[in-house]
Amino acid sequence: MLGESLEADLAADLDGTFERLVFEYQDRLYGFALRLCGVREDAEEVAQDAFVRAYRALRTYPAARIRALALRAWLYQIVLNVARNRFRRKRVRTVSIENGFGRRDEARRPLDPPDDPEERPDRQFERRRARADVATLVRALPERYRAPLVLRYVEGLPLEEVASILKQPVGTAKSNVHRAVNALRLSLSRSRSARFRALEVSR
Amino acid sequence: MKQTPSFSDTLGVARALGRLPEVRAPRSLAPAVLRRIGLADTWWRVPSPIGDVFVAHGPAGISLVLRTSSAARFEREFRLRHGRSILPDARPAPRAVRAAIARLGRGDASGLRFDLRGKTEFERAVLRKALEIPRGEVRPYGWIAREIGRPEAVRAAGTALAKNPVPLLIPCHRVVRSDGRIGDYAFGTRAKRALLGREGVPPAALEALAASGVRFLGNEEKRYFCLPTCGGFSHLVLENKVRFASARQAFDAGYRPCEDCRPAMAS
Repeated sequence: MLGESLEADLAADLDGTFERLVFEYQDRLYGFALRLCGVREDAEEVAQDAFVRAYRALRTYPAARIRALALRAWLYQIVLNVARNRFRRKRVRTVSIENGFGRRDEARRPLDPPDDPEERPDRQFERRRARADVATLVRALPERYRAPLVLRYVEGLPLEEVASILKQPVGTAKSNVHRAVNALRLSLSRSRSARFRALEVSR
Repeated sequence: MKQTPSFSDTLGVARALGRLPEVRAPRSLAPAVLRRIGLADTWWRVPSPIGDVFVAHGPAGISLVLRTSSAARFEREFRLRHGRSILPDARPAPRAVRAAIARLGRGDASGLRFDLRGKTEFERAVLRKALEIPRGEVRPYGWIAREIGRPEAVRAAGTALAKNPVPLLIPCHRVVRSDGRIGDYAFGTRAKRALLGREGVPPAALEALAASGVRFLGNEEKRYFCLPTCGGFSHLVLENKVRFASARQAFDAGYRPCEDCRPAMAS
């Protein structure tokens, strides 16, 4: 049964269609949860809870309401709520203590400069490290900046949708995204100068 | 550090964020969700009188019994029929499934729940009626149609039985052609004959009786008539019975229909 839209199919046959919703949105919602929580295990639980909540809510909605739903924004909103509740419960874990390049690259974290210029990390490695840096720094941002930033630039949603997910006027959402960018730039430049200092010291 | 991107402006930050590696959800996510909300079916491979079969179980009950060559085929067939996916289950089968599996050999489905959500009201009525046929007995397709109040829908009843999602449990193998031949079966005619033989209905003897023109057997002393397998089938039983080629003939001879097997409408 392939109807005109996922919303219409959900309205007509929730149990028969919900699995499709899960497969269609699991990467996005898990990705969003991961950027919000920073820890894979937490992200999986948040995404799982969000889907379960979505299903239970849809069960109570009349068909007309489901058809009229802005599904993507609604789902992101649920993830955000679940994640926020979690932060509130265990505040300790909101800020990642990982620094540098994430666990996977830990072993070869080159805080020491290579003796031989030939052994300098290649361009690709640099780029990967820069990416890992960004992800880590995003995680360290306060939640009020993290959510708008991730929605707008990682998930690539239009500003209007970001605003509706955050339940803010577009103008407010826009300035929050802007502040988030500035906060990220600030922490990026801080982390970079810290790295330079490390380089200086070891020389 | 010439290779690192520039973060001096919003665009630089936006680009860097947009280049973050794509995240894929772990494979465990969707199954966990579907299980928690009760939408996941799982399957087991179990022995049965006709060899190993796959049994699917979901929130609404037993959803599919099938004899296929591989798990992949079974999963594909399940998706085709139910429009949702199915997962193998490493955990031991729940009690409902263990009960079903134990009964696969006995053809007794009392207390089992079946997932017939995708079926029409007519199909459900046909399948429910088939459940009433006791082990060791058979009924013609016409009997099913008549019993559910649709005497003209003999062919449709046959089709509904052919699409029985849970053969062995809903005993569609106990429904035979109205001319007395054994007829088709989801798992093949051979499997149907073997199953009936196991249940005490020798298919060859049944067909021989039908070929000789006999459709009903009458009890001369008590003046009622039955379908040949009513109360079980054996040559000994045949010895003392009056043989009828039609219900009309039985009625004309002053016999009334048996109240157990209900061989015909009282006229």
